[in-house]
Parts: sequence; structure tokens; C-alpha cells
Amino acid sequence: MAKPMEKITWQELETGSVVTEIGNAREYETGSWRSERPVVEASQCIKCGVCWLFCPDACIVRASDGHFEADLTYCKGCGICAKECPVGCITMITEEG
Amino acid sequence: MDKFSVFSSRLVEKSENFTSGHRACQGCAEALAVRHVMKALGRDTVVAMSTGCMEIISSPLPLTSWRVPWIHNAFENSAAVISGCESGMKAMMRKGKIPAKKINFVAMGGDGATADIGMGALSGALERGHDMVYICYDNEAYMNTGIQRSSSTPYGASTTTSPAGKVSIGQHTQKKNMAQIAVAHNIPYVATACSSFPFDLMEKVKRAAETPGAAYVHVLSVCPTGWRIPTQDAIKYGRLAVDSCVFPLYEVIEGEYRLSYKPYKKLPLTEYLKGQGRFRHLTDKEIQMIQQRVDKDYERILRLSEEEK
Repeated sequence: MAKPMEKITWQELETGSVVTEIGNAREYETGSWRSERPVVEASQCIKCGVCWLFCPDACIVRASDGHFEADLTYCKGCGICAKECPVGCITMITEEG
Repeated sequence: MDKFSVFSSRLVEKSENFTSGHRACQGCAEALAVRHVMKALGRDTVVAMSTGCMEIISSPLPLTSWRVPWIHNAFENSAAVISGCESGMKAMMRKGKIPAKKINFVAMGGDGATADIGMGALSGALERGHDMVYICYDNEAYMNTGIQRSSSTPYGASTTTSPAGKVSIGQHTQKKNMAQIAVAHNIPYVATACSSFPFDLMEKVKRAAETPGAAYVHVLSVCPTGWRIPTQDAIKYGRLAVDSCVFPLYEVIEGEYRLSYKPYKKLPLTEYLKGQGRFRHLTDKEIQMIQQRVDKDYERILRLSEEEK
């Protein structure tokens, strides 16, 4: 979007409230909801992709060396990845501050 | 698919047609189911979606999580709208106004939109035999407005409009079996799926989209908020529902039943019920009663699928 969401006024909306941009919800950063964050032990990761498959927020991304890690911009901290990881290389750490 | 294999996750479509930044609760297995469904369907898809959790979380006005043409409907008419889209596009292709190609027409709704409010429109669309897929995301109550009972809420579940207490057991009616209602319309494809079995879900959605004529897919989606479970257990409870045969996974192709997944060892119902806050008031006697019903329903599906072999 050209403008931040909170700056848009009702006069600027399209007729019939049509949204012409695709997938622009990515501008809304759900990461601020989080109270726990997943931390991946990269050396133990077997690169199976189960965490990627089961993430409801599609926030798991592949790092350059092939292991998976969470994109903290969108991660809501549900803990599904840590629970489903077959080798248990993901731990949930409480966010501080 | 007979076996769930975690190792084929690399073969799954990488692009996300249902993007991050949607406002579902933490650990929402329904949003996960939508993500899997959109992976299976791809970009050549038109989606009509009823009011419900998935509608409000994915489209707060200036934003949208969808990367495909998507239209919001009232609770009752997503099946009617997608019928119109399908007929309209077919006519435009016939007249040569748009290039002819295979487009998936998909209507989606929650269990309230499907089993309660949109039932008539859905029945009409299935009966007319449009080339469409209807996907019901069943989280077993109206979770969006704050956990009110729907006709898809199972017996004994405590919700805000069927609270358990001294007088009431909670929901006192049985769950409406939408998949069987769809089967009764004699449509070419009906399936039940669960987002805890993603490859099975994707396979079924793909098959439903490829089937000419109407198809119906019923997806059990665990709701940590409404089921009163920890967010990280969303996938686990989906698996327990299938393993304890509360929600058997099967498909009905041209009236022939086929069981997609037979639990290696059928778990007792208590495994599924314990830990869920909405069922915690149930006594052993009541659980026994529910178990008998689950066994009866599962044996029926088992018998029907074995008769076909």
C-alpha cells in the first residue's frame, strides 16, 4: 500500500470497498502479539520442514544453509512448531521487555 | 493416501496464496487448513467465502490475506454466489470473451455457515451440479462471535449458549453429520479431512477440484480458543480426533466409500476428551454413552467402505 493503514481515510477507499492489491495483509505485523518466541538450534535441525508445514501463520522461512527458522515479524508464538518438531530442536523462550 | 509421511513436505507447493499477517488467534488450525487448501488449489481459483472466523481474520478492510480473486458473502449465500460465478464464467468462455481454461470455483464457510445458515443455498448448489467445490471448516461452534453453539457442536460440549452446570450437560443434541447430508445429494465427490493430516487434506482438495461437478470437503479444524486447549496442542487434538475415530477420514467417490486412514490402534475416547476444557465436566457414564455412539458411527463407515472392496 502507498500509505500506512491508519492514515487511509474513508474517502480514499475504492467503490464497493474493493481491495485491488493482493496479499497486502503482510503489512500488518502480527509479531507484536507474541509472548513467547521460538528459537531453533540450527545444528540439530534435520531440515524436514514439518514446522513450515504446520505453521498457521506461514511465518517459517528457510535460511540460506537450509535449516528452517521463524520470521519474527509474523510469528504469534503459538508453539506448534516446537511441539511438532520431530527432533525437538525448537524451544519456546519467553519474550522480555 | 494410506500413510501419512512427513518426508514429502518438500514436494508441497512453496508459494503462499493465503499470506501471513492474517489476524487469527494463536495456534489457529483453521487458518492452517485454509493455507493448505490454497496450496492445493493454486492461483487459478475464485473463492467465495461466507461470514465467519476465516472471513473476518483475512479481510479487515484496506488489507487482504488473499492472493486470488475473493468475494465476501453473507452467512447464507456463498454456495449461491459461487454457482453464479461458475455459470457466468462458463458463458463468457463459450462466447469467447475470456480464454477458456480450467478455473477452480471454491466456496468456503464455517460450520455455522454450512450446517445452520447456508444449508439451503448449499443444498441447491449441490443439486444443480455446478462445477464447484464447497469446503466447510468445522470448528464445532460459532467461534468468531464468542463460542456459541451451532448444530455442528458435539454432544456434551460446553459453550457460552449451552453452558454446562448442575442442570445441563452442555450441548444436549448430537452433531449434525454434514458429510452424510452431502453424500445424500448423490454428488460425485465428498470427503472429510483434517489439517493435522496435511497431505491427505491437500490430496482430497485437489481431487475435489479436478472432479467435474459439485464436490464437498468437510475439514475438521481445531480451535484452541473455543475448545479450551493450549495453543501448541492444536495439531495434536486433530490427530487424536482421527485416531479415536470421533472424526473418521473417508471419501465418497460416486457413492463408493473409501476409508483414507485407519488408525493403527483405535484410541479410547477419553484420550481425545481429556484436556479439552469444553468437555471437562463429563462424568464416566456420559463418556461411556458418547463412546458407544462414536463406535456405532465408525463401524457404519467401516462397513460401508469394506462392502465396496
